[in-house]
Amino acid sequence: MTDATANPIPGTASKGKSLLEQDDRTKRRNAAEKRFRAYGIAAISIGLLFLLALLWAIINNGIPAFTQTFINLEVELAEENLDPNGNRSLEDIRKVSTFGYNPLIGAALIAETADIETEVSDGDLTKILSASAAAVVRNYVIENPDQIGETVEFRLLASSRVDGYLKGRVQREDLARDRNLDAAHLDLIDEMVTRGSTERVFNWDFILGADASESRPEQAGIGVSMLGSFFMMIVVLFAALPIGVAASIYLEEFAPQNKFTDLIEVNISNLAAVPSIVFGILGLAVFIQFAHLPQSAPLVGGLTLTLMTLPTIVISTRASLKAVPPSIRDAALGVGASKMQSVFHHVLPLAMPGILTGTIIGLAQALGETAPLLLIGMVGYIASNYPDGVASGFLDPNSAMPAQIYEWAKRADPAYYERAWGGIIVLLLFLLTMNIIAIILRRRFERRW
Amino acid sequence: MSNLLIVIIVFGLGAIGFLIGRNRAMASGEGDMRNLHSLPFYYGANVGFSTMIPAIGVLALWLIAQPFAINNAVSGMLSADNIEAAGSRSLVMSDVRRVSEGLDAAVTQGVLARDEASEIAFDTTDVRALLASVGVALGSEVSADTLRAAQRYRVMANRGNLLKTIAVIAAALAGLAMSYRATTKDFRARNVVERGVLMLLICAASIAVLTTLGIILSLIFNTIEFFRLYAASEFFLGLRWNPSFSGRGGGSELGILPLLWGTLYISFVALLVAVPLGLFAAIYLSEYASKRVRSVAKPLLEILAGIPTIVYGLFALLTVGPLLVDVFGNDGLLGVGWMSGGTAVMTAGLVMGIMLIPFVSSLSDDIINAVPQAMRDGSYGLGATQSETVRQVILPAALPGIVGAILLAASRAIGETMIVVLGAGAAARLSLNPFEAMTTVTAKIVSQLTGDSDFASPEALVAFALGITLFVITLGLNIFALYIVRKYREQYD
Repeated sequence: MTDATANPIPGTASKGKSLLEQDDRTKRRNAAEKRFRAYGIAAISIGLLFLLALLWAIINNGIPAFTQTFINLEVELAEENLDPNGNRSLEDIRKVSTFGYNPLIGAALIAETADIETEVSDGDLTKILSASAAAVVRNYVIENPDQIGETVEFRLLASSRVDGYLKGRVQREDLARDRNLDAAHLDLIDEMVTRGSTERVFNWDFILGADASESRPEQAGIGVSMLGSFFMMIVVLFAALPIGVAASIYLEEFAPQNKFTDLIEVNISNLAAVPSIVFGILGLAVFIQFAHLPQSAPLVGGLTLTLMTLPTIVISTRASLKAVPPSIRDAALGVGASKMQSVFHHVLPLAMPGILTGTIIGLAQALGETAPLLLIGMVGYIASNYPDGVASGFLDPNSAMPAQIYEWAKRADPAYYERAWGGIIVLLLFLLTMNIIAIILRRRFERRW
Repeated sequence: MSNLLIVIIVFGLGAIGFLIGRNRAMASGEGDMRNLHSLPFYYGANVGFSTMIPAIGVLALWLIAQPFAINNAVSGMLSADNIEAAGSRSLVMSDVRRVSEGLDAAVTQGVLARDEASEIAFDTTDVRALLASVGVALGSEVSADTLRAAQRYRVMANRGNLLKTIAVIAAALAGLAMSYRATTKDFRARNVVERGVLMLLICAASIAVLTTLGIILSLIFNTIEFFRLYAASEFFLGLRWNPSFSGRGGGSELGILPLLWGTLYISFVALLVAVPLGLFAAIYLSEYASKRVRSVAKPLLEILAGIPTIVYGLFALLTVGPLLVDVFGNDGLLGVGWMSGGTAVMTAGLVMGIMLIPFVSSLSDDIINAVPQAMRDGSYGLGATQSETVRQVILPAALPGIVGAILLAASRAIGETMIVVLGAGAAARLSLNPFEAMTTVTAKIVSQLTGDSDFASPEALVAFALGITLFVITLGLNIFALYIVRKYREQYD
């Protein structure tokens, strides 16, 4: 034996058989191994790359929506235009419509740009301002009638093209076929920027404001539809949480093994996989067609989303009920509690953090859902007025954030795309906050038995 | 009395019931809790629940039944030619309701005296002008028939509301009195209350069944209505989708096949993206990745699943679409000129594929992790490399689960709405070119139903037929996926 290893028989150990040297087959197999591993890394990298591309697109396109260009303008509130009778009675002042204010703003612009060389005709100057400018001045005059006859400095919204030019979204060559603005306007704007009569400030109106008509993208905001979403989430929270928790308690703690229980279980798992648009059809048919609830109301939207999120909440609640060890129940029963008491006094409080986490995640899912809302009429252009109170918040037509974003994405004016991306940032911030709260809840209260 | 007020009154009675029930129990136990069968709370709760639950039940039933009863009574009063003139019975009935609302408004604003509203005759008063003056605008002149029906409607509705208030409050008081009388120290209050709570729990659990039932019924009824107006064979076998927008009647071609083709094509492209990426990601994460890589990469990938679909829709419309045109378009990098617009099967499919990556990867990850370590060790022991183990041992063992995951992803893709609404285009066509715009079942449901509250035309009703098709397909896929997983799952214990 030892001899054999000490003196190998010549010819039996060929050169390639050394363990230290790979033969062709091993090389092939190792190469395949490396390739396979590379495929995996590539798949994950591509996935993460997509995520980065998505985030980059959102942030890059959306951030500009949070600033807005204003033009500072000294407008002379001429008495003969605004209050021809000179008695400062509010009724007379109200009679002057925004058309009556346009000449004043035009004159102010002419005065402002008098010393700038420009090819823009005097009548075209107002194109650099938003169409809302006259309304701003009019509202100011109605609130302060004593200012008539004075010259007041206003901060007026620039038109969406000017705003886009200063943000780099609108290029000079884009304007060739644009009847809203000429390149000459841009020279004027450049001059005004160097003189400091324009201002770019944080755009609170975008976050708090209402939707605007199709021709005034610079004025549109997401605030009203945010309220719509808020009222819907209240409905979802107060409908889905109790129903979901009650259903889970029954299924997890009380349900006997029978056909009816099986039916419920099968239904819940199937509902979790039904496309969201089908819930929209259900909401339309049941809540609007059958029950005659008001169309486009956050109440109806909330109820529809409740049905949609119920399976999510039931599944997570059951998981957290299941995680409470049976010894807790046994101990409660042992000291004389009834089955119901053991569940409500002991199991449920211990499962609460998990239930809340699941609920928040369900709410986040409902907050981002769009398709069912479109069917029950919660489309974007409705969100132009703030609700008057709590009841009107639930019952008056409103939109929701995702539906508002969809509406903006559909509009022809590219200035609205910026708003849509900005709206997505707002929406994602809400989702992020909710998910962080859920994670914190889980970390903080999670119990290992 | 408004329903809200009635509910508040009932809840108030319930609260009172709780207090007096509790006190009565304590009194009958001579102030000592130990003499009672149950804790005092349960006696109070028993009285409270017996007050509120029957009353709320009566209210709910009444709210459902009253409109039916009144509609039946009133719609008998409408003459046939009146209905003919307006087009359908439901249109006349909505007129009737508006007129009666208007009369109510006129009374509350003091334009009409209380008894005048039910007496004004058709030939003496201009009803339309009268109602316009209180802010109720009518689309057409009010006919004698409609006015009489509206007056009757109003009287019946008012009487019904009064009766409803009386019935609900009577139910509450009866429940209160009966349970209050039953409250003595030997009454087994806890058992009764717990039985009641169990009933509530069962009701909550049944909502899932009711939801499914609601989905099925609302889809089926409206679909039957649709097939009365439009032949089912043309719907299922028609090769053209071309709804007329003129409103009622004729000229629409509503064949589902182009929509189904678009749906399946886009879903196919999406799966083509998502399945390889998701599967390889899952394999790498579960077999190769170190703990640290896994704890970072897995949650990051799952962010993709948490992003709302509207975001993906916008991403498709404004980023991916133009990018694809830059590559495959007429003046594109490749110069092939396959793509003319940003919305296309490829755009929607690609973006939907991105959305589905985490869906495929986390489901497969779970399944691969469930394959027991002993099988891997056996394979390594025979000298297989890691990738050979994955391909020849783990994947075959996990295959049923993976197929199930892919089927679930397919069902998600077929039911997805916002990405295709924004990214796939609006034209229904049967074509093989993935760079052309096509449309899907979900996108057409949205476009046929948005902003429409009148479900009389086949153009609106077709959405329900599309909905039921979608529901059946996705449900079928889900059930099939579960079946495959159950049937072919290997048991390793």
